[in-house]
Amino acid sequence: MSQSIEERLFSIRYKVADQSHLIIKNQETCLSCKTKECNFFCPADVYEWHSDQKKTSVAYENCIECGTCRIGCPDYNIEWVYPTGGYGITYKMG
Amino acid sequence: MAEERFDAIVVGAGPAGSAAAYTMASGGLKVALIERGEFPGAKNVFGGVLYRKQLEELIPEWWKEAPIERQIIEQRMWILGKESAVTFSHRNEKYKEPPNCFTGLRVKFDQWLAGKAEKAGAVPIYETVVTELIHQNGKVVGVRTDRENGDLYGDIVILADGVNSLLGKSLGVHKEWAPDEVSLAVKEIIALPKEKIQDRFNLDDNEGCTIEFIGDTFGMAGLGFIYTNQDTISLGVGVMVNDLKKKKIKPYEVLDSIKQHPSIRRLIQGGEVKEYSGHLIPEGGFTSMPPLSGDGWMICGDAAQMVNAVHREGTNLAIASGKIAGEIAIKAHQAGDYSIRALGEYDRSVKSSFIHNDLKKYRGIHGLFKEMNSDTLFGSLPQALNDAAYEWLLVDGVFKKEKQRKAVRTLKSAAGGNMELLRLGLKGWRAING
Repeated sequence: MSQSIEERLFSIRYKVADQSHLIIKNQETCLSCKTKECNFFCPADVYEWHSDQKKTSVAYENCIECGTCRIGCPDYNIEWVYPTGGYGITYKMG
Repeated sequence: MAEERFDAIVVGAGPAGSAAAYTMASGGLKVALIERGEFPGAKNVFGGVLYRKQLEELIPEWWKEAPIERQIIEQRMWILGKESAVTFSHRNEKYKEPPNCFTGLRVKFDQWLAGKAEKAGAVPIYETVVTELIHQNGKVVGVRTDRENGDLYGDIVILADGVNSLLGKSLGVHKEWAPDEVSLAVKEIIALPKEKIQDRFNLDDNEGCTIEFIGDTFGMAGLGFIYTNQDTISLGVGVMVNDLKKKKIKPYEVLDSIKQHPSIRRLIQGGEVKEYSGHLIPEGGFTSMPPLSGDGWMICGDAAQMVNAVHREGTNLAIASGKIAGEIAIKAHQAGDYSIRALGEYDRSVKSSFIHNDLKKYRGIHGLFKEMNSDTLFGSLPQALNDAAYEWLLVDGVFKKEKQRKAVRTLKSAAGGNMELLRLGLKGWRAING
């Protein structure tokens, strides 16, 4: 009964805004980050480090707005605000 | 939005905000209730337990009209080993009358409670994010929203903006939470036929059961839960963010692992996952609670770290704090005084309530977790307890005296020796009796 993260996120209704509400402040900081913890602790797999491009990609459209990355990033390198009113996730049950 | 004045502006239509808005609107105040979701509850998640007592003081016999799932008559506590469990539980018919607590789902419940506030006269302003507080002469006098011309002014602003509380931070009353002050919970709602749920959990119609468990969280400080709803099961696990950072394990992998545990697998077998969700839980408790009021503002619920993790109580603390803040706002309105002098009464009322007293009792927990290795507390100790239980109950010809010695030895070595076990016992006792 275990599902992939894609299947899991598919169970949530999203209204995706045009602009990301999550911003990496400085990609250089990601480059020097040894642990890349955001690639693991995010419950929606929003963050992924691409060693070829030397950057962290941000799939903000998958974000479930929990706030873990804002607190968990060892360098506080993620600017985190709420999506515009009415955008983002809407749970069916909660 | 036309510039409008309110007696009070509430930010966040969760249990704390709606309780505050309901109290103030019922008391005749002109109240705005702001929510960033499409509707109240749209963004909200909890494990799933609603308590009768605190909401009853606001809305008598609320459970007869509110959307609840099941009335809880049995609570189980499990200590999991890798493929084993030591369990403890309490079931009692007395929990039926008066009811003690219920399972629920936040999308329905939060809409209902916010609806009560609306009916009492609160003006709903949904799909709207408050981006900052408006200050004048050092006082909070309103909020700036992401709507066009979206400034709203009010004599009092009540912050019920949840665990992330960006507004609380902007006030400077508390800093950003540290990773060891919050846990991340992920949860699945799993659909099963009603009869299957009732058979598997030994329940009649409308009776509910809760299970909390520790262990099997990859040695991270955390708590798992299984709650019975009408025709779904809420299954989830919360782990401390500092441990999650260290272990580099994906939160939903913890959930996957738990679902394979032999004690749990059969309970959810054949079920269909209807919804995945995730949310932070304030875990700092007493030591993380900020000052609760200032000139023109008060702060309630998760935003003020009002969660009793040991007893998994949260929504009831939120509702109680919202109600108290609402009552203080009414008094302030009558006196025409919105300064910290008048609103400081909120701090004092919370201090004499169960919120402050219960959180104070457990104030040592945060320090205990900080000092102790999570691998020991949530990994090797639960496993050792299971190993000891296994030995003790296994009939294999070994003399009972030797069995007892072996069981005790297993526990001692998991704790790191005699003295360590004793020290842990003492520390643990102090942590829960502060």
